[in-house]
Amino acid sequence: MALVLNEEQTLLNETAAQFFQEQVPISNLRKLRDDNDAFGIDRNIWKECANLGFAGVLISETYGGSSFGPIGLGLILEQSGKTLSATPFVSTVLLCGTAIQLAGNSTQRQEYLPAIAAGERICALALEERAHHNPTHIETTAIQTENGFTLNGTKTFVLDGHIADQLIVAARTSGATTDQHGITLFLVPAKSDGVSIERMQMADSRNAAKVTLTNVTVSDADVLGSVDGGSDVLDPVLDMGRIGLAAETLGLIQEVFDQTVAYLKERKQFGEVIGSFQALKHRAATMFAEIEVCRSIVLEALSALEEQRNDVPHLASLAKAKLGEVSRLVTNEGLQMHGGVGMTDEFDLGLFMKRARVAAATLGDANFHRDRYATLSNY
Amino acid sequence: MSTLEAFRKETRDWLEENCPQSMRTPMGENEEPWGGKNPTWTNPDSKVWLDNMASRGWTAPTWPKEYGGGGLSKAEAKILAEELRAIKARPALMSFGIWMLGPALLEFASEEQKLKYLPQIVRGEIRWCQGYSEPGAGSDLAGLQTSAEDKGDHYLVNGQKIWTSYANYADWIFCLVRTDKSVKHNGISFLLIDMETKGVETRPIKLISGSSPFCETFLTDVTVPKENLVGELNKGWTIAKRLLQHEREMISGMGLGGSSSGSGGKPENLAKKYSGEKDGKVADAALRDTITRHKMDGHGFLLTLQRSAAETKAGQNTGAASSMFKYYGTELNKRRFEILLETMGTNGLGWEGDQFSQAELDTTRSWLRSKGNSIEGGTTEVQLNIIAKRVLGLPD
Ligand SMILES: Cc1cc2nc3c(=O)[nH]c(=O)nc-3n(C[C@H](O)[C@H](O)[C@H](O)COP(=O)(O)OP(=O)(O)OC[C@H]3O[C@@H](n4cnc5c(N)ncnc54)[C@H](O)[C@@H]3O)c2cc1C
Ligand SMILES: Cc1cc2nc3c(=O)[nH]c(=O)nc-3n(C[C@H](O)[C@H](O)[C@H](O)COP(=O)(O)OP(=O)(O)OC[C@H]3O[C@@H](n4cnc5c(N)ncnc54)[C@H](O)[C@@H]3O)c2cc1C
Repeated sequence: MALVLNEEQTLLNETAAQFFQEQVPISNLRKLRDDNDAFGIDRNIWKECANLGFAGVLISETYGGSSFGPIGLGLILEQSGKTLSATPFVSTVLLCGTAIQLAGNSTQRQEYLPAIAAGERICALALEERAHHNPTHIETTAIQTENGFTLNGTKTFVLDGHIADQLIVAARTSGATTDQHGITLFLVPAKSDGVSIERMQMADSRNAAKVTLTNVTVSDADVLGSVDGGSDVLDPVLDMGRIGLAAETLGLIQEVFDQTVAYLKERKQFGEVIGSFQALKHRAATMFAEIEVCRSIVLEALSALEEQRNDVPHLASLAKAKLGEVSRLVTNEGLQMHGGVGMTDEFDLGLFMKRARVAAATLGDANFHRDRYATLSNY
Repeated sequence: MSTLEAFRKETRDWLEENCPQSMRTPMGENEEPWGGKNPTWTNPDSKVWLDNMASRGWTAPTWPKEYGGGGLSKAEAKILAEELRAIKARPALMSFGIWMLGPALLEFASEEQKLKYLPQIVRGEIRWCQGYSEPGAGSDLAGLQTSAEDKGDHYLVNGQKIWTSYANYADWIFCLVRTDKSVKHNGISFLLIDMETKGVETRPIKLISGSSPFCETFLTDVTVPKENLVGELNKGWTIAKRLLQHEREMISGMGLGGSSSGSGGKPENLAKKYSGEKDGKVADAALRDTITRHKMDGHGFLLTLQRSAAETKAGQNTGAASSMFKYYGTELNKRRFEILLETMGTNGLGWEGDQFSQAELDTTRSWLRSKGNSIEGGTTEVQLNIIAKRVLGLPD
């Protein structure tokens, strides 16, 4: 287990930290929100991310990627989580990039991967259909035609859906609504006839959209992977997304905690800094312990990805569930310990709290992942 | 074959030959191998197993050979532990000497003291107990009052210790004593006392679990040779703290739900057995979720212990880690027993008699015993104080 960073990783970590703090501070997200920016991300920043090799982190060098690998990915996401950087990382790099890398034929890889690595193409995974993550509940249909398929259905909470150039749509080609088997992935250009996309304004000011497919026609060449075999691709893709989100959440948690501890040392009431009150000290110490555990879990999950171990699903669920719970604890406690000022929009805590909740609900909340962890452990 | 692989093979073969079959079964009640001058060997194989392990110094695998230890590197010790686990071997020796005193002696004792005490500990010949707490000095340990007066060629010790685990079975006691009353922390010394000395008396205290594993220890005009002082006079607090670190690490290991007796088995299996199973899953969804929360925290805790070990190896250790482990590990262990009780229903609440299996009765008692985990070796609150101060830098 690579629980300690090597030299190259330490360097990457520093580069990422500096980049996000200087180029994408939290004021960046605030501005996008206040300007009601239709795009929801800063495209120049994403281009910069690509130049630093961040967008191609999971993509092999053959396709223009940087091959930093999963540990590198985790470091970048952790740093981006500290400043709540709005990027299409999850949608484009973690989910779609991985799907194409895993299931794409050479034409598809050649077409998409270099463009993703270069930060030139944004892709979105159109999967969810209901308020809770459920990767096998697929009502969207794909009916076979003479030279392809016709898609119909509605997708919700499609990350970066309204700014995507390209969609990957999960649709049912056979079986009943909740069957694992019978799901197929399709590469659908966002501008296709019959695709209508509306932005969903989320509490965290990050991008998501509702996607409606009405008699959208695609060809056989647009199938990603095998017909009916979509779940086999989705499983590892979603785990990549979950672990990545956990890494982002780790950064968020650490930042809120550090700011809170700093505040405890600075704010005075009753003639003393409030950090001298044991009622707050013990809660801070408890959070410290939980965060240590979170860090170990995220590192282990990233290592498992890196080493392509077969406990990745287990660890993905562990990471997603635990980080989700602790992010709730730390943002709630952080706000409480800031007193009235934590309630203000001007203060950043609220932004962290909103992002924490959306990230926790993305790709399965803690309840979902505890259930999955138990099932994977045979009980 | 690398040297480590060769070591693994050699170890495996040696264990195959030297670990009696009965020592590869779960340890029963009253079978704990504590050694000492008056040992009880309910099963004679326990003695064989201890002697075999001690002959190689493997009861203290990483201690230097000149003090009777195994002289193994960390990597070798890890392999030994893995091989022991693989055959489900019982511990050959349970000992405060190995877990607490020995490491402190290795760091602070004189050469003569090391040569005298450490080999006895390795062989399980002397059973040690810990004389730290007093009626008036628990969490505020440095407030201790038991005094050692300098009488020229010896110390004269007077005072009372309490909660001294297994004092009534122990041969020697390592004690914190006051040698200077004018200062607090800098007036404490670390003294080794033979419990056969006149004036040492123990009185067992009965616990909520029904057993009496600890005592009040009275010290009345006890004469202790000067050579029994460890480290410098009035510098005992440094040793005391270091030893507490070892103690915490030992106690926090329990959070992992080791294989020792009374640890109660896996909650998920018990849940299937006692409350039902449906499609291979624990039928009660609420119980299943409770179990999973706990398992996840345990999993994360184990990974944190491993990460800490890796960081120590890379020379980037965070000092107060042992407090975090003590806090988290003991709270986990207490939670585990609460979950076992919840899982077993009224079968987990039997006290005695034939209506319950031994495992069920052990669970009830172990549940009660686990409550002490967050008290002994420094309470949970004290650990949180240490984290707040040392790690987070919050002011007093
Ligand atoms: C929605 C809202 C509406 C409000 N409306 C009004 C209003 O109409 N009129 C008005 O006058 N005020 C109002 N307030 C202000 C409110 O009363 C204060 O925010 C509150 O008293 C806390 O003070 P503070 O914000 O300065 O936090 P602080 O006192 O700085 O507290 C920061 C943290 O330290 C903790 N803390 C402080 N002292 C101790 C201690 N001794 N021991 C342990 N912990 C301690 C607190 O519990 C908190 O977690 C409002 C606040 C809010 C959020
Ligand atoms: C099973 C068991 C085995 C033991 N074995 C031994 C042994 O072998 N040798 C030995 O010397 N001792 C032993 N002890 C004693 C143990 O070390 C003490 O019980 C422990 O240090 C707590 O001291 P106390 O019982 O006096 O509680 P107190 O210190 O009186 O504490 C009472 C409560 O107050 C809290 N408290 C105290 N100070 C603070 C503070 N500053 N801030 C917040 N909360 C505080 C505590 O956390 C606790 O909840 C054992 C105890 C147990 C339960």
